[in-house]
Amino acid sequence: MTITINGVRKSFRRRGHAPQEVLRGVDLTIGSGEFVSFIGHSGCGKSTLLNIVGGLVKAGSGTVQIDGQPVTGPGPDRAMVFQNYSLLPWLSLLKNVRVAVQESRPDWKRARVDEMVERYLTAVSLWEHRNKRPGQVSGGMAQRAAVARAFAVAPRTLLLDEPFGALDALTRSRLQQQLVDLWDSESETETVLMVTHGLDEAILLADRIVVMANLPYPSVRTVIDVPIPRPRSRTTIVHHPAYDGIQKQLVDLLIADDDVESTEAAVA
Amino acid sequence: MTSRDATPSAVAPAVDHSSSPTLTSAAPVDEAGGGVNTPATSATGSRSRSGAGTADIEAAGHRGPAAPSWLTALGSRLASFAVAALWAVVGLAVFVALWQFASRGSATVPNPLDSARTLGDLLSRPFFNTTNDKGIGLHLYISLRRVFLGFGLAALVGITLGLIMGAVRPVWSALNPLVQVLRPVSPLAWFPIWLYIIEEPAQSAIIVIFITALWPTLINTAAGAGAIPRDQRNVALVFKFRPLAYLWHVLIPNALPSIITGLRLSMGIGWMVIVAVEMLQGNSGIGYFVWNSYNALELDKVVAAIVLIGVIGLVLDAILLMLSRWVAPEEAHE
Repeated sequence: MTITINGVRKSFRRRGHAPQEVLRGVDLTIGSGEFVSFIGHSGCGKSTLLNIVGGLVKAGSGTVQIDGQPVTGPGPDRAMVFQNYSLLPWLSLLKNVRVAVQESRPDWKRARVDEMVERYLTAVSLWEHRNKRPGQVSGGMAQRAAVARAFAVAPRTLLLDEPFGALDALTRSRLQQQLVDLWDSESETETVLMVTHGLDEAILLADRIVVMANLPYPSVRTVIDVPIPRPRSRTTIVHHPAYDGIQKQLVDLLIADDDVESTEAAVA
Repeated sequence: MTSRDATPSAVAPAVDHSSSPTLTSAAPVDEAGGGVNTPATSATGSRSRSGAGTADIEAAGHRGPAAPSWLTALGSRLASFAVAALWAVVGLAVFVALWQFASRGSATVPNPLDSARTLGDLLSRPFFNTTNDKGIGLHLYISLRRVFLGFGLAALVGITLGLIMGAVRPVWSALNPLVQVLRPVSPLAWFPIWLYIIEEPAQSAIIVIFITALWPTLINTAAGAGAIPRDQRNVALVFKFRPLAYLWHVLIPNALPSIITGLRLSMGIGWMVIVAVEMLQGNSGIGYFVWNSYNALELDKVVAAIVLIGVIGLVLDAILLMLSRWVAPEEAHE
């Protein structure tokens, strides 16, 4: 399964302003089984690109194809995890996952639905909390439920939009590990696209890091390979000979955009 | 309780006519509630460690004999309620005194005592029924029945249509101008039309109440259903929610608080308008009773009726307020 992004452009119109280009001709090919991180300053269009792949936003021009099939709208084959969890607040964690599975996979039998829901809620260690509602659990737990929901619909591609941005460092690193474990496991999910602000997170998780350029030419600036073998661990990865070089390269690229935020991103 | 709850109901109709008529009217209620609760909890002290200096000093005094904190909380709650009740009595007393002063020496203006006596008299035999006279309880029952019928019909149509309007943009565009033009029209203006078409005053009155009660419910429901958070819409899109799941898990839960607000406004206005309709329609109901008493120059009866109308309106509002509190926790998360 290959995702081909071809000349994608997008501009947003705002009242009283000239149309603002947020993507200016993006070309990218993502192969099956790849974990790709997108990194860049706020407003560089990385979330927009993810939403275009997800089908929630229409590209101004250009195409996104999956195995040669153009993307026309959202669907469970490209399940998404959003930054703000996006659980339905009146449903229990179990029902949040269950409803999503039932709706997106109407052809599944009840037993399959039950099995998938239980498997992924257990995988993110939420099974004993399944009857709590999102408002009754921590942000980390809510985001784990959102991750479980995305995996439970058996998507071939998983799209993550700054999924751990709102979490504390400890919770974040635990969730990063769970995410990689789930992706490595027998899940049907092959390819992961993840928008992030964290350099460390990008290096830890990704096979390739797509660095997005700022305005006025928002597009792909460069793509950096992360040739660090898996399984990776947060503690040992920093000792790998390639690590420092990649990190320096990222910092340089982001600072080159001459923006205060670059230092913030580097610190995060 | 009563004094607190009465305030928002007075504010609510005014809020409804603003351009964004959703949850605003619920806010003062919660603030009032919070205002009562805050001193109660901070007085217990032991729990609120970060409290202001004064609260801590107060709490230190209580800590010695170790009274259970719930008891202290209940005590201060009762105390603040007693203070509120006292002021309510003072307000009423001043009002009655002014009324007494204004009506002194007048043969036509009823004074407080006469009115109270008449009220007691009317309530002593509320359900008598002769060929040309009915007890006030019977009139009230007839009016309430009309209001409930019209209101129920309006709730059914208003919620259904409102959800569709909120969810489907073209339907909104098609209906909104119509609604905006018809909404400010006094519902009584419709009365002749229905009277002519139906030729049945009692049913025409119900239809007028239906029209009265329709707008607040319709507009609030549509506003609530139209303001679905983007992330919830995205979830429904990504996970391909089918219409029924979208209705049940996204649309209705999001719209519910504003639906209840709309119903509350509808009920309030319906109960107001029924009096006027029955004055026009003229053979039964509390409005008829008021008009009939005026014709007989028994203004003390009018005053008694006003008191009863007010109390019943308060009870109706309280019921719907309880309903809105009951659904409120649903939206408290996130």
